[in-house]
Amino acid sequence: MATTTIQAETKWWNGGRSPFNASYGKVMMWYFLMSDAFTFGAFLISYGTIRFSVNNWADPNHVFNAFPFAGHANLPLAFVSLMTFILIFSSVTMVLAVHEGHHMNKKGVEKYMLLTIIGGIAFLGCQAWEWTHLIAGHHDVLVNGQIEHWGTTVTKNPWGSEVMHNGTMVATPGPIAFGGYFFGITGFHGFHVLSGVVINIVMYIKTKLGHFDQRGHYEMIEKAGLYWHFVDLVWVFVFLCFYLI
Amino acid sequence: MSSEAISHGTQAHAMHDDHHDHHHHETFITKYVFSQDHKMIAKQFLVTGIIWAIIGGLFSVIFRLQLGYPESTFPWLEDFLGHWAQGGKLKPEFYYALVTMHGTILVFFVLTAGLSGTFANFLIPLQIGARDMASPLLNMLSYWFFFIASIIMFASLFVQTGPASGGWTIYPPLSALGEASSGSKIGMDLWLVSMAMFIVSSLLGGLNYITTILNMRTKGMSMTRMPLTMWGLFFTAVLGVLSFPVLLSGAILLLFDRNLGTSFYLSDIVVAGKILPNEGGSAILFQHLFWFLGHPEVYIILLPAMSMASEILSVNSRKPIFGYMAMVGSIFAITILAFLVWAHHMFVTGLNPFLGSFFVLLTLLIAVPSAIKVFNWLTTLWRGNIRFTPGMMFAIGFVSLFISGGLTGIFLGNSSLDIHLHDTYFVVAHFHIVMGVASFFGMFAGVYHWFPKMFGRYLNNTLAYIHFWVTIIGAYLIFWPMHYEGFAGMPRRYYDYSNWESFKMFGGLNEFISFVAMIVFAVQLLFVFNFFYSIFKGRKVKSQNPWGSNTLEWTTPINPGHGNWPGEIPEVHRWPYDYSKDGKDFIPQDVPVGEDESKH
Ligand code: HEM
Ligand SMILES: [Cu+2]
Repeated sequence: MATTTIQAETKWWNGGRSPFNASYGKVMMWYFLMSDAFTFGAFLISYGTIRFSVNNWADPNHVFNAFPFAGHANLPLAFVSLMTFILIFSSVTMVLAVHEGHHMNKKGVEKYMLLTIIGGIAFLGCQAWEWTHLIAGHHDVLVNGQIEHWGTTVTKNPWGSEVMHNGTMVATPGPIAFGGYFFGITGFHGFHVLSGVVINIVMYIKTKLGHFDQRGHYEMIEKAGLYWHFVDLVWVFVFLCFYLI
Repeated sequence: MSSEAISHGTQAHAMHDDHHDHHHHETFITKYVFSQDHKMIAKQFLVTGIIWAIIGGLFSVIFRLQLGYPESTFPWLEDFLGHWAQGGKLKPEFYYALVTMHGTILVFFVLTAGLSGTFANFLIPLQIGARDMASPLLNMLSYWFFFIASIIMFASLFVQTGPASGGWTIYPPLSALGEASSGSKIGMDLWLVSMAMFIVSSLLGGLNYITTILNMRTKGMSMTRMPLTMWGLFFTAVLGVLSFPVLLSGAILLLFDRNLGTSFYLSDIVVAGKILPNEGGSAILFQHLFWFLGHPEVYIILLPAMSMASEILSVNSRKPIFGYMAMVGSIFAITILAFLVWAHHMFVTGLNPFLGSFFVLLTLLIAVPSAIKVFNWLTTLWRGNIRFTPGMMFAIGFVSLFISGGLTGIFLGNSSLDIHLHDTYFVVAHFHIVMGVASFFGMFAGVYHWFPKMFGRYLNNTLAYIHFWVTIIGAYLIFWPMHYEGFAGMPRRYYDYSNWESFKMFGGLNEFISFVAMIVFAVQLLFVFNFFYSIFKGRKVKSQNPWGSNTLEWTTPINPGHGNWPGEIPEVHRWPYDYSKDGKDFIPQDVPVGEDESKH
């Protein structure tokens, strides 16, 4: 045992051990995340090419200006900032859960996993509200000389450029790709958050049942943590692409 | 921290080992169906791949009938295909369905899943000295996702409007609009769903291959002591893990366009005089997404074949592989370049010529590592003590085909020449020789070489030699003339050329090609017979190391059980290519280096 340890410390790549000093599960998780990054990358690059090929893309300050229970107050990007804050905060609690895991502190892991799960669910709740608000919205749009009331869906975009109609400014239909990409990509991200929440719940239950104490380590929490941070990181890019630019 | 983690790592290893030492009783289900043994999973991939190859091959024979004999009718076709061949004449819609499914099946189901799935699963643990894959469970799931994908794709053959028929590259608008053609309806949806399952399968497999090679090598098996097969399969997995997700994204957007009314890929379309509401999308966007996978995909198909050929050539020349590190470097260079050349499939889409010139440069750069590999294979053969085993014959055939097909790639890689050659039979000839047939040869070489390890029996040699000679001569007879047709401008994917004055002169040639194709197909059935017959009735393997090979798989018992080595996993002391060294014919990897041994 002692000799293998010494040899292992000097020859990282010589076989008989993991060159990264990481279990196969963690290595696998890293490669999976790389792969998933390519999936999101493809989505976001597609979005970018289409978005910059049309010239009247919807103004995010205009589209995302609502806040629950705030009536018609104009609060650009306030709600999405809250969502982002929630998600980032849940990443912090995740870090703490992993940290408690290193110290084999079951109670601590439980506490922070629970907070992470709540954060994830809160984020999904916010997203559900935002989607509903967009889809169910009523916006006056000038279509073929008639005023229609449109929400934002994958086939309808009421955020086009404005024209004068009977003495008032009204919007015309905007590029249809807006809704497709917005719902497609935030939906795909939301699906990742949902999977993450499910994974975290499973981890929470396994912690509660003492599985990791029996196993002698909390590595599963670390792997769930990697995934969770990744989902967070992706959100930062989604946020950037849809809300800030 | 580090010492804690290290002891933790050793502990995990020990746990893994004794897990395999208890051999619990296995039922038929756990042994043959839901097996987690990498060797059984490999065989499942192989057998499924063979079944698909027969189906895909048969399709090509049927559409070749149409191309070779456009004026004739074949009443028996109607019995077989029903209304798709009414009066014994193939309908144009079904001709396209057959071409599409032929490409899909052979590219993805046979030469990706069938090839990587078989040999990565079979060889990785055996050649690096591991008891099994890193995660046998995910490995099993990888096969079963492939199985589900297969079932869905197979089912799509029977839907009333026919399977997908927009070509294996499924370009929109044919693939995005249900009303575009009969094959654009439910068949196309099934294609996409099947491929999504397929991508999950390939991801689970690929993650396993990568982590197993990185983490599970036996003591002494440093990366540069790995057989070249391992390097090839490793980078194949890397290519797959990073390129298939992009196809997944593309396919998801396509499904949205088809079913939710979005228009990611559609703009300003008129179908049957009706203007569709779609606007703002781009069909070219899909091509970018597709070829970002599509080009790496061709190397996903080729690298396993290349690397198995390297191994087999060295073993049967009784010589070390020439330029081991150059081989590894070339595989690596190919992997990187494979991600940077996709737009060479899109030179005529209106791609900015300035941008195109970059893709020309990067594309032609691939010729460098390719040429290095060819040079090293030939040098390995040079003055070798060659044994012409069937595996060796196919490996040599592989080299020949790779050279022939690679050279035509250089024509196509020049964007100015490609304007003329794009979408002609020249492209068909190019990729069938360099990818289709060459990879098949790599796969056959692998099957003939490792069959004794897989089943403890030999394939029949006489049938094998017939298989080899008919296939290689047949392949050249089929695909070589297509270059001339392509030069003459004959487009690919047409149902009937006899109506064009300029292509009439190729009538006889097309008939000849179709005739040879049927013979070659028949000979493949001979191989299939040999394969299944030999599993049960083949000559038994008597010695542990029948080819006198250095790699670790030949240190296992003739019929290795789950866990591969009954005792300790052997430790590795040398690279795998010590052939004809110091007066010894071969020195296996687990033999310690002698005191007075010369360096290689
Ligand atoms: C020196 C090396 C190579 C070069 C420069 C090259 C170049 C090209 C180019 C420019 C095309 C596009 C032709 C067109 O559609 O107009 C093409 C098509 C193709 N190549 Fe290659 N190639 C090379 C090697 C390979 C290899 C090694 C493989 C596979 C293992 C391969 C597989 C294919 C396939 C499958 C297509 C056609 C796909 C389709 O349109 O259906 N090529 N090649
Ligand atoms: Cu290519």
